[in-house]
Amino acid sequence: MNKKFVLGIYDDEDVLLTAIENVRAAGTKIYEVFSPYPIHGIDDVLGIKRSRLPIVAFFCGLFGTCFALWMQIWMLGFDWPMIIGGKPHIALPSFIPVTFELTVLCAAFGMVITFFIVTNLKPSMKVNVFDKRSTDDKFVMAIEVKEGVTDMTALNNLLRSNGAVEVNEKEVVK
Amino acid sequence: MQHVSPIREPLVTGGKTYHDITEDVSRQVEAKPNIRWATALAISLVGLAIFAYSVYRTLWYGIGEWGLNKTVGWAWDITNFVWWVGIGHAGTLISAVLLLFRQKWRSSINRAAEAMTIFAVICAAMFPVLHMGRPWLAYWVLPLPNTFGSLWVNFNSPLLWDVFAISTYFSVSLVFWYIGLIPDFATIRDRATGPIAKRAYALLSFGWTGSAKAWSRYETVSLILAGVATPLVLSVHTIVSMDFATSVIPGWHTTIFPPYFVAGAIFSGFAMVLTLMIITRKVYKLEDYITIEHVESMNKVIITTGSIVGIAYITEFFIAWYSQVEYEQYTFINRAFGPYWWAYWSMMTCNVITPQLFWIRKIRRSLTATFIISIFVNIGMWFERFVIIVTSLHRDYLPSSWAMFSPTAIDVGVYVGTFGLFFTLFFLFAKYFPVVNMAEVKAILKSSSGVTHSHTKTMHATEKELNTNTRHNNE
Repeated sequence: MNKKFVLGIYDDEDVLLTAIENVRAAGTKIYEVFSPYPIHGIDDVLGIKRSRLPIVAFFCGLFGTCFALWMQIWMLGFDWPMIIGGKPHIALPSFIPVTFELTVLCAAFGMVITFFIVTNLKPSMKVNVFDKRSTDDKFVMAIEVKEGVTDMTALNNLLRSNGAVEVNEKEVVK
Repeated sequence: MQHVSPIREPLVTGGKTYHDITEDVSRQVEAKPNIRWATALAISLVGLAIFAYSVYRTLWYGIGEWGLNKTVGWAWDITNFVWWVGIGHAGTLISAVLLLFRQKWRSSINRAAEAMTIFAVICAAMFPVLHMGRPWLAYWVLPLPNTFGSLWVNFNSPLLWDVFAISTYFSVSLVFWYIGLIPDFATIRDRATGPIAKRAYALLSFGWTGSAKAWSRYETVSLILAGVATPLVLSVHTIVSMDFATSVIPGWHTTIFPPYFVAGAIFSGFAMVLTLMIITRKVYKLEDYITIEHVESMNKVIITTGSIVGIAYITEFFIAWYSQVEYEQYTFINRAFGPYWWAYWSMMTCNVITPQLFWIRKIRRSLTATFIISIFVNIGMWFERFVIIVTSLHRDYLPSSWAMFSPTAIDVGVYVGTFGLFFTLFFLFAKYFPVVNMAEVKAILKSSSGVTHSHTKTMHATEKELNTNTRHNNE
């Protein structure tokens, strides 16, 4: 099934932000906005919720801490106790560096892997973008056209009156 | 909306537009390799060949190929290791610490600085691995159950902490760097014309489209990674310093080591970033992105860390006298006036005196002076490690075991060879990867380009484009 989109092309972030607000206020649902760089304040006008990735990082880090402590205490304290420098088998102060490093390692990797999965980032030979200029210097607002709608004038006017420099149509083969 | 102080200098000059940034950075990636680049790579490959030969000699004939002896059991290898790791610290500092402090001048230099970090850590890792003598058994440093009974690694040893610190540092830096590269790879992918380039950059870009949701998560991930990388970078050189500080050897056994080493690492790292960036901006014509303002900011970091290092040298001397321990006192007198006096005074001149010249604004903003001083700092920081390591070891408690260290040709070969390795990697990076973070520079363009933009005249400077706009609006 083919999906049809109307793309409003903008060339300024502030115009885009106002346009998003007006388009949403007019009751039009925005499918997605593409930009060459992160725009501050776009989360609020688009209604994007704060990412929960920091929570993932926290729990992955916590796992790293627990794993590192368990590993060192079990290995040197129980599995093969050795007296090193006359210190106790479970010498917690000298376990701190490895615990810290593993905490950071697990937090960073856990969060980044989750980020790749939830954002669906994976290596692929072919990438479909709505408008190739959106990774260069243009901001693209994509609006999905409902089935059966053939007259684009209203949408076109809405986008143009809000500062779009171009309005294009694009069909995506699913 | 944020307030921009009128006394701040613009970070992007030349009235650039978003498209100009894409053009200026992608040009190098898309152009055919030129003769200058090929020559530079060829010279680096000669260095790499020297490295390969020296490694072959080290592994085939053993560590005896190095100039080590029974007294000085650690010399150039560990000096070079600490030197390279220290250089690496600037990249993470620029990308992580300056991100947390919201220093916008990091944007145009962080990509190359992080690349430098990664390559420097690779070079650093060569030395402890080679010093093992049998690097194919390097995995023995990991806590793996072995076939001789489940005897584990010693978690009380700083050398083992180093294994964890360096490998975590390397992998987290690599991930941080790569996440930043993804949007820029997408830009190059969407501009690519050749079939190979199109596919290669599509693979590298991980299917990035630049959607608002993805950017929102990207920003969160960058911030958290910066948050964890900041204590990480401090921990790495702290642990490296503990390789020395935890052993009971006069000249090493001091609590001042961790902050002193971290400051030294940042000091040498910024010097290396400056050396590389002054060349890169010239060769790649990036003067509008890496401005004198950037150079000056980095020079201010150099003068701060350089002064910390200077105070550390003086403190060490004072504490040696104040401790009333005769061995400690002898070590320091021997450092400054013993047979290695030239190394000590080279260190003092390069690290303590030269960076003080940056108090003068003219020198701080002069590219030639900065370039020369940055080289001096790199030399000085190499001597610092050499002084700490060799002068503390070469006169043992018993005069019968006193010895001098002199490097062999293979010692020199391994060290020079790592430059070959470093520059080979750096030149490949500079040709095939975008050397400036396009997305981040675009993000600061509106507030820091020194050009006032209004809604009616959106980002466009030329009449032609303005006309196009009007036409669209009239349609």
